[in-house]
Amino acid sequence: MKIQITDAKWLCEHPEVSLEELVELSGLSTELLRELVDYGALAPIDLQSAETAASQTEVRSTQWRFTADCVVAVQTVSRLREDFDLDANALSVAMMLIERIHGLEAQLQELQSQLPQLKRQAQTR
Amino acid sequence: MKYKDYYETLGVKRDASADDIKKAYRKLARKYHPDVSKDPAGEEKFKDVSEAYKTLKDPEARAAYDNLGKHRPGEDFRPPPDWGQGSGDGSFSYEDVDLSDLFAAFGGRGRRGGSIPIPGQDFEVNAPITIEEAWRGTELELNLSVPEHDGAGGVRRVPLVFKARIPKGVTDGEKLRLPGKGGKGLNGGPNGSLYLNISFKPHALYRAVGHDLYLDLPLSPWEAALGASVEVPTLAGPVRLKVPAGTNSGQKLRLAKRGLPKRGEGEGNLFAIVQIVVPPAPTDREKALFKDLADASKFDPRAAFPKGDGK
Repeated sequence: MKIQITDAKWLCEHPEVSLEELVELSGLSTELLRELVDYGALAPIDLQSAETAASQTEVRSTQWRFTADCVVAVQTVSRLREDFDLDANALSVAMMLIERIHGLEAQLQELQSQLPQLKRQAQTR
Repeated sequence: MKYKDYYETLGVKRDASADDIKKAYRKLARKYHPDVSKDPAGEEKFKDVSEAYKTLKDPEARAAYDNLGKHRPGEDFRPPPDWGQGSGDGSFSYEDVDLSDLFAAFGGRGRRGGSIPIPGQDFEVNAPITIEEAWRGTELELNLSVPEHDGAGGVRRVPLVFKARIPKGVTDGEKLRLPGKGGKGLNGGPNGSLYLNISFKPHALYRAVGHDLYLDLPLSPWEAALGASVEVPTLAGPVRLKVPAGTNSGQKLRLAKRGLPKRGEGEGNLFAIVQIVVPPAPTDREKALFKDLADASKFDPRAAFPKGDGK
């Protein structure tokens, strides 16, 4: 049997994604994603300050751009919503905490990588 | 088909109320959910818990499950002949069916009969690769067993074998997407995607942080003191690194652009972390030379410590 080869793609073609693309990649509704932006759990790239965000949310949401990292974030939101039955407010708190944990884990990994391996082996012994 | 005891999985009695089932599920979900728990076995456990809950929370699905009767977990069994939803004339084989697939149709059943397009399911697979594979890109052979709907409400497991081309530039923990490789869409809905969770296997020499690589660089005390030109292994082959005189342990020496390639253009860096090592079994001559050095040197590495009275 000849095995077919498929190209694995990056999560999105561009370093930035639109609200529509996030909807497609997460399976969440536009309303929920808008709510998450309102709660500050998701931040479009071009929102200058909180005030302009509040006044322009309705008008500009179609033009929002998000960093590609948001794709992973909204997929996490989607899982949490499905598995824990959380509302937008609870989701935004959970997202904030998860992001902080990821940040700390990345820092920890970076620091651990700088420890000499020999010393690390000695420590685990 | 292998029997699974969903009640046992959730730790509830067979006559538990819907509320008890929900409570038991939530408690276990908080414990094992991969986004929340750090239990390495959590993901597998959560899958079982989630599968059990999906069936038991739906009154219709729960009743159908109860109708299967009670068997020992893992026991091979067939549903009673009058059991089922649209599996039709009985020619349907239960050999290659997973119990969870039988209940996947509940809840969404009202929609499935209609003509509303339903997008296919997304699949997720862990894909461990080596740092070398991430550096040059690779092809990964995937052997999966995925549920396939036959359109009449029946579901069976089918093998899905194909190769995925991993582009160079992926990092540890990154996700890649294979559009259309997920479950088939129904009624003209789009196929789902297959997601690859890339992770790096531990490497004997390198640790990866994003696109940067870290490597231990052991130096002898004299190389560190006098400076040296040493050979350092990189993914592209060995290069010579100039170690400046007076280099200390823990110092990071940067080899620019010797890390992993980035998506698009550019590369990460390779950092060599200096570690001064002494001969584990010095010869008499080496010992004598160190003794001479000790006698001749006024260097005090602990000058910053407060001076005590030595007690």
